[in-house]
Formats: sequence, C-alpha cells, structure tokens
Amino acid sequence: MRVRRFGAAIGAATALALALTACGADTEKTEAKTVAQKAKDTKKITVGIKYDQPALGLKKPDGTFEGFDVDVAKYIAKELGVPESGITFKETTSANRESFLGGGQVDLVIATYSITDARKQQVTYGGPYYVAHQDTMVRADDNSIKKAEDLKGKKLCKAAGSNSFRRVTEGPPDGKLAVKGVDLVDAQSYSECATKLAAGALDAVSTDDLILAGFANQQKGKFKVINAPFTDEKYGVGIKKGDKETCEAVNKAITKMYQDGTGKSLLDKHFAGTGLKTVTTVPQFEGCA
Amino acid sequence: MEQLLDLFDFGPVLDNSDVLLDGFWATIRLAIASAVLSLIIGTILVAFRVAPVPVLRWVGTGYVNVVRNTPLTLVLLMCSLALNDVLGLAFSKDTGTTYYWWAVLGLSGYTGAFVCEALRSGINTVPLGQAEAARSLGLTFTQSLRMIILPQAFRAVVAPLGSILIAMIKNTTVAIAASYAEAAAVMKGLMDLPSFTSGAIPLFIGVAVGFMILTLPTGFFFGWLAKRTAVAR
Repeated sequence: MRVRRFGAAIGAATALALALTACGADTEKTEAKTVAQKAKDTKKITVGIKYDQPALGLKKPDGTFEGFDVDVAKYIAKELGVPESGITFKETTSANRESFLGGGQVDLVIATYSITDARKQQVTYGGPYYVAHQDTMVRADDNSIKKAEDLKGKKLCKAAGSNSFRRVTEGPPDGKLAVKGVDLVDAQSYSECATKLAAGALDAVSTDDLILAGFANQQKGKFKVINAPFTDEKYGVGIKKGDKETCEAVNKAITKMYQDGTGKSLLDKHFAGTGLKTVTTVPQFEGCA
Repeated sequence: MEQLLDLFDFGPVLDNSDVLLDGFWATIRLAIASAVLSLIIGTILVAFRVAPVPVLRWVGTGYVNVVRNTPLTLVLLMCSLALNDVLGLAFSKDTGTTYYWWAVLGLSGYTGAFVCEALRSGINTVPLGQAEAARSLGLTFTQSLRMIILPQAFRAVVAPLGSILIAMIKNTTVAIAASYAEAAAVMKGLMDLPSFTSGAIPLFIGVAVGFMILTLPTGFFFGWLAKRTAVAR
C-alpha cells in the first residue's frame, strides 16, 4: 500500500513537472515581445522596488510609495509610454529579484540594485541611473569617526541580509578595507540600525550613501554622514537577460531625465539638507549586453 | 525544465556550508540555554500559579497572560532595544555576549509561559487525593509540590513539553530581533553576497533540512520518553 502511494506521488510530481514545462513553452511563444514593446502596447508595467528604504523605495502606511527609486521608475515608465496609473509596484528582495526578472513577475527592477559582474551573467542592466558610494553615518555629536578606518574598536551595524559591513571588516573578494577590531552588532534591518545608533548602542552604520542620507533626512539633526566614500555602487535598472531593446530605451530615458533637469530635482527632493553631495550629471553607462 | 533544475542546484548551499554550520551552531547554543532556562522559569511560574498565596497566583497568571499573548519578536525587541540599548542594562562589555544573553532571556521568558501552562495541565492530572494525603502526612505546600505533585505532573506532560521545545527551536529564527544572528540571519546574509545570483530556493531547503535535523530527533526522543515515563493509572 505504502509503495503504491509513493508511486502515485512520483507520478503526480512528474505530471506537474511536465505541466510546468509545457507552461514555460507556451509563455515563451506569447511573450516573445520585449518589455518596451509590451509597455507601449498594454500601457502597463510592473516594477520591482524595495519597500523598506526611506527616501529610496518605501511603502507608506496608506499603501502609496515614495522615494528616489520610485520617482525614477515613474519617469522611465513615462518614457516607455506607460502612464502613472499603469505602473504596478512589487516588492523585490535580494533573494528573489533575479528569479522575478527571469520568470517575468516583474518587468524592471529599480531597487538599489548594484551592478556586479556576477549578476551581469543573469541580468541585463540599464543605466546605472545613479552611482552611490559606501559611506558611514554617525551620531551628529560624534567627532571621533572621520573616515572608515576610524571604525577600529567601534561598534558597527551588521544588518541582516546586507553585506555592506564586509567592505569595512574584510578584504577582497567580498570586502575592501579589511579594518581589524571592528565590533559588529547584528540588527534586523537598516531601520533598526538607525534606532540603535540613536540610542547609543552603536557608533556607526556603514552602507550606500543614498540609504544613509534617507535616514538622516527622516530623523533630521540626529545623524550625520561623514562624507568619506570608499566604493562605487552602480545602481542599475534590472531587465530580463538579453532584452537589449528595453535596455536601450531605459538608457535613453535616464539620459533625458538628467538632461531635462528632472534628475537634479529628484535628488534635491529626497536628499537635500542631509550633507550628501549628489552628482547631477548622467552616469557613465555600462552598455547593453 | 531549466527552472525546475535550478530548484535543486544545491551548489550555493554546499559552497557556504561552513558559514551555515556556524549559523546552526549559534542556533544550537541559543536553543540549549533557552531550553534549560525556560524549564526553570516555567516551573517557578507554575508554583506561583498553584500557590496558596493570592498575590503569587496573580503574579503568575498576569505574567503568563501578558507574555504568552505578546508576539515573540516584540518580546525580543523589548529586550534588546529597550532594556539593553536605551536603559543600558548590559550583561557584559562584549556586545556579542550581551545580546546572546538577552536573546536567551527573551526566548526563555516567552517559552517559560508555555511550559508553565503545560505543567499546570499536568498538575490537574494528579488526583486530588495525592495532595490531601501529602498534607495529612504533615508536608508543607513547597514539600508536597516538590516531592508529590510536580514529579507526577512532569511525567504526564513530557510529550507536550517536547512540542514546546520543538516550537522553541524554530522560534530561534527571530532571535535577530534581539541582535543575535543565527542560521536564518546567516542565510539572509548569504543571499546578498555580490557573487550570489541564484539558488535562493535550494538555500531555503538546505536551512529547512538543517532545522529538521535538530527538531526531528527531539520529537522522537520526547515521544519515546513520554511512553517510558507515563504514569499508569
């Protein structure tokens, strides 16, 4: 009896697998259109953003979204021929953005998504639309940390699901500075890092300057960014691998965004008054491969 | 078909097995300390709940009702953010040690409430005659609880205690709320590595299997123990 039931389970699994592959083949036929074409025809687009980063991609309690990434997404969508009402925002995390792009659950990912060589194997990148740098945020009254090397013997935040701390504490390949003797304190997220920093349980939070500026902006007067950048994080627009047409269209939109001054006004809107020096010229594009 | 194969490409799990094992070691250290401490807290609480002094009963009932109905994440956040960070009640100068003990304290304080309720149901299985006989022998409340009631109560609730222990082992995954990184936090960290581009699902499966390696034997052991220790009535 038991054996027979097991056989049935295997049979069911095989049938499911066949059904799935059949599905895959079908969608490939109907979805041969690129994202750019689809956007033009249906006036709809799904964009993957982050939901938990102030000033970049944040879902507010009333269900609306705000942030630099969100505004860039709206601008690019407009250039692709999609009105604001046709945009669906979806949360993407480091765990699912590649599979969401590959599987077509999202058309674009604009979510502080750094372009790396490893990721380029899986994803085509438009942009970068901004080049951020890793920097360090401390309490506004703390003058003992002037550069990342001063973090020796200090308490630095290690947010779950982020590897920014490695660039301080470790050397290449995953890290950069290899500062020894940094006391790492675990936290759930960068929001919790900010709470701990304000309470004095931490001395510094180190990650991309745009993310830090977002927190400094949210809680004005409490924190300062020390302006000692040590990496380049090229924020790209993630597109399904091989979709060159969309990539070129996205690059055109980004160029236009900076040329018509929207880029500067968006950066000012979200990061003015945080001490962050923003770059308002078109970033060097990576090229659509 | 390719996507299906991706689901079972365990490369990322095997490449990072040393980091994941470190994570699971952190889980085990947290689980063992919390198991011992929650058993102690639960026993003290149940003594409060059946005590002849009304104030103790109120304290026990109040604690159980508050802590058992609060989400564990909030209990742990309370420990790390409020008690440690803001009020500065640190266990040691070393932050790692401090947050470890806050995680243990939060998790066992929470689990202790469940242990208490299981034990109380165990006490209810002990026939009233036992307590009356103990009292007629001249034993005090503490003596009768320690020598007559609790030993029988514990034997009756071995299986439920096993379930609580399994739930507690899985609850360790929210210990990151108390700034203590265990297996689940390590897994999240792996997924953000610049070199990580696929294999989130195999990683989830790998960690799930890791937890089953911890919890399945626990379940079997307590099942066996429950059978062995059951009071024949």
